[in-house]
Amino acid sequence: MNVPQQLVYSREHEWVKIDGDRATIGITDYAQGSLGDIVFVELPAEGDKVKAGVGFGVVESVKAASDLYCPISGTVVAANHALLDNPQLLNTDPYTNWIIAVAISDHGELAHLLTPEQYAELIK
Amino acid sequence: MAKYGRMRTPLYEQHQSLGGKFIDFGGWELPVQYSGIIEEHETVRTTAGLFDVSHMGEIEVKGPDALNVVQKLVTGDAAKLRDNQVLYSLMCYDDGGVVDDLLIYRYTASHFLLVVNAANIDKDYSWVLEHAPTTTTVENLSASYAQLALQGPQAEEILQQLTPFPLEKIPFFYFVPSVVISGHFALVSRTGYTGEDGFEIYTSPEAAPFVWEKILKAGRPLGLLPIGLGARDTLRLEANLPLYGNELSPEITPLEAGLSAFVKFSKGEFIGRSALQLQKEMGIPRELLGFTMLERGIPRSTYPVTVGGDRVGHVASGGYSPSLKQNIGLALIARGKVAEGGNLAVIVRDKPIAARRIPLPFYRKRYKRK
Repeated sequence: MNVPQQLVYSREHEWVKIDGDRATIGITDYAQGSLGDIVFVELPAEGDKVKAGVGFGVVESVKAASDLYCPISGTVVAANHALLDNPQLLNTDPYTNWIIAVAISDHGELAHLLTPEQYAELIK
Repeated sequence: MAKYGRMRTPLYEQHQSLGGKFIDFGGWELPVQYSGIIEEHETVRTTAGLFDVSHMGEIEVKGPDALNVVQKLVTGDAAKLRDNQVLYSLMCYDDGGVVDDLLIYRYTASHFLLVVNAANIDKDYSWVLEHAPTTTTVENLSASYAQLALQGPQAEEILQQLTPFPLEKIPFFYFVPSVVISGHFALVSRTGYTGEDGFEIYTSPEAAPFVWEKILKAGRPLGLLPIGLGARDTLRLEANLPLYGNELSPEITPLEAGLSAFVKFSKGEFIGRSALQLQKEMGIPRELLGFTMLERGIPRSTYPVTVGGDRVGHVASGGYSPSLKQNIGLALIARGKVAEGGNLAVIVRDKPIAARRIPLPFYRKRYKRK
């Protein structure tokens, strides 16, 4: 299972890339594999407030719908609209195809995220 | 059989070694997919796929009154069946609600095999037993049968490699009780749940792993894949084949579910007949219709359906259709609310998403009829 070293992770199988005050969020390789063929993605609007641990969107595979839980609180500054027409991009390359970018409101929350080693242990 | 335990079919180890992803399906540990639902779905439509459906139940009805017992239990006309013919039918309660849908295999007029849904085995067995006189023996043989389904345009070519029996001689909805497949006896019928040509193959639990592997090996060069429950559901939905629990239930009559063709009032008395007759005369209150989503959103079972803002029913089954590459569904709604081509809305996470009624089936069945 692919767990890139330069990212941090949530227990709900999202990855987070921290770049100053900006966090880019996507789903992990493990998540896309568990979901199976992804056929629908629902995104928040830019400017929406998101809260750690609360749903910010939905991914649906052929089989079922799953909520996306936000790993950190903040304001959505970008959403990857390419996913609306091509949701399967999350299957083909989950680490390139980010879902949203957030302006981080509380850096303290980052402490709750998992290191690549911790995440690899979680999905073992 | 344990009701809440984890039940496994005789092919559990095969699914494991093939990388099957397991889910709990009414207490059965079965693969929802192997390589991926969309790929598996397309393989059945274009080539062939092999399914483990050993969880299905088999109930044998035997004795001089067997035909009368079956006739009383089901909505179809089992008297019209020839020996070795199969009938799709329904068992109803007195009020017209559905006990189960099933396949009826007629060996002779005094020997039938009823193939029923896994989740309903105990209920169906009791129901049949309750309505059989002492001259008729009713046996739950579910544990004595494994069942494989080989479905798709290449199914016959693949299975023919393993048997000397000329499979082209089995017409659509007929069966042969003992076909030798790679040295093992099997009941083979030209039936299925995908909308494609194909076979259902009943073997002993002991022979099942061997037959499974032989079929997979024979079919691999042609592109045969093992298929999980996920694709089984998308395939049957496209072909408009009902799923008990979604399109059929004790609260839904066959007439509401669009299965009037399978209710033979002319055959005489059967359980549920007067209730269904009354419903037909008074007007069938609901209808099952097909729709496609016009806006982004996937309709799922139980989602509310509205027309002009009024709630008129719910989604019975829905999802992404790999063949149509659209989001489709079946809705059970108040009759006469939406004309063919008319608009409705599916409430997806509290938001109405536009949909349009389209004709059924979504996918035209490609059965091999003589």
